[in-house]
Amino acid sequence: MECQECHERPATLHFTKVINGDKTEIHVCEQCAKEKGYVSYEEEAYSLHDLLSGLFNFESSSLNEQKQSSFTPEKTLKCSKCGMTYEEFTHVGKFGCASCYHTFSDRLNPIFRRVHSGNTTHDGKIPKRKGTDIHQRKQLLDLKKELQQLIKNEEFEKAAHTRDEIKALERHLNHDQGEGEW
Amino acid sequence: MSLEKFMNEAISPWMKEEGPDSDIVMSSRIRLARNFEDIPFPIIANKDELEEILAMMKNNFQQKSFKNYHDLEFVKMIDLKTIEKRVLVEKHLISPHLAEKSDLGAVLISENEQVSIMVNEEDHLRVQLYFPGFQLEQALEHAFEMDDWLEEKIDFAFDENRGYLTSCPTNVGTGLRASVMMHLPALAITQKINRMIPAINQLGLVVRGIYGEGSEALGNIFQISNQVTLGRSENDIINDLKSVVQKLIEQERKARQMLGDQRAVQLEDRIFRSYGVLEHSRIIESKETAKCLSDVRLGIDMGYITNVSRTILNELMILTQPGFLQQYAKESLSPQDRDVLRASLIRERLNLENSY
Repeated sequence: MECQECHERPATLHFTKVINGDKTEIHVCEQCAKEKGYVSYEEEAYSLHDLLSGLFNFESSSLNEQKQSSFTPEKTLKCSKCGMTYEEFTHVGKFGCASCYHTFSDRLNPIFRRVHSGNTTHDGKIPKRKGTDIHQRKQLLDLKKELQQLIKNEEFEKAAHTRDEIKALERHLNHDQGEGEW
Repeated sequence: MSLEKFMNEAISPWMKEEGPDSDIVMSSRIRLARNFEDIPFPIIANKDELEEILAMMKNNFQQKSFKNYHDLEFVKMIDLKTIEKRVLVEKHLISPHLAEKSDLGAVLISENEQVSIMVNEEDHLRVQLYFPGFQLEQALEHAFEMDDWLEEKIDFAFDENRGYLTSCPTNVGTGLRASVMMHLPALAITQKINRMIPAINQLGLVVRGIYGEGSEALGNIFQISNQVTLGRSENDIINDLKSVVQKLIEQERKARQMLGDQRAVQLEDRIFRSYGVLEHSRIIESKETAKCLSDVRLGIDMGYITNVSRTILNELMILTQPGFLQQYAKESLSPQDRDVLRASLIRERLNLENSY
């Protein structure tokens, strides 16, 4: 089928326009679709945004329902660092600054879950310089898990060794914190 | 300004090397999104804050080298003409977002164009690294080292639970988008790709055409990338992508063999018709160009055409984009004039090949 606008290229977009019950079938090529304004230039960017704000709206509407039942007025959550409100965030679909993550923290899990197939917690690279503490805390968690496993398996000698490692690491972490308070 | 070298050559130096599986995988890319800890994200930051980031990046990284990525060139968007920005977009060195929406944006580009660091795009930093062919692991390794190198000077926004904090919730966590650019003509001709895309999507990966609008794949070039960035490690993300790409390579090879065995004459006819069109047309649109280039490249890969180099697809795909054509002509051109210039450039380029 050829494009109804230019009659040159094949029609690749087909849709039906309904205005006051009058149906018109449209068959156009991409170029004409753009030129004649049938589709927007920023279709892709728009649809992604749409998709996102759709997610947020879903989130806020379910919140509203809860709110309605308890009749508590919704407080405006506002990031103290950059001034972005939760409402603005759901509207643009973007955080204003790193602190927004803390400010809106309670409401983010459902959003992250939907965007990241169920995940809410990071499991990847940790900054080298800034992350030494985090590295050690993660190591501590791993060691504690290992300890549980060793006790379960009744490998007490190894368990004692792991316990000492945990103690040393904990001392080290507490020591660092103490220093930080100075 | 040595920006000129980025402008004049359609094909980036790194593209001239052939990577593994380069008959199908054109390039592998790793992108990391990173932000400064104490400065609001570009969407909300004021002019002074964005200037601060520009100055910081310029002072610390301009003309610096890291590994074999030499002499990072610092280029501000505001200093570029529209056509120059368009050329950088067509070479995938910057994003359309940086070119169009980031007045206070800039980019650092390594001499071999393998690394580009976009500044003040949607995030403060978008680190991009390309490798020829199918080399996701190597690209990730270098991107990590690059990330550590940047971190020596920058405090990144990072949260123990959420990972690297980004402006858009779709990038939080690893901030990683790994993608592979693939030429899949046989899967497209046999219409198998349409049935494979939904399955790939179900694995949390995105398939889209590049150069084309929306989901249409111009020149049968597809980009496969991860969508999930939170809750999975970078290596897991890469491994998922790798296994799907491997499957696609396998299927594409099978489909090529099938076409060669069962529809050899039709295939040969298709390839040489396209070759003829490229060699002889006087007016050619970018869509037809892409289709013909894809056929010719398939012809080269399958041994039907022997006197043209494989990089022709990568090179002419970029060279025949509107921005590059206008950069070449040194003036802005109407679409009709572009089609004429495009045809003549292609003829010239193919003649160059044949004279060797």
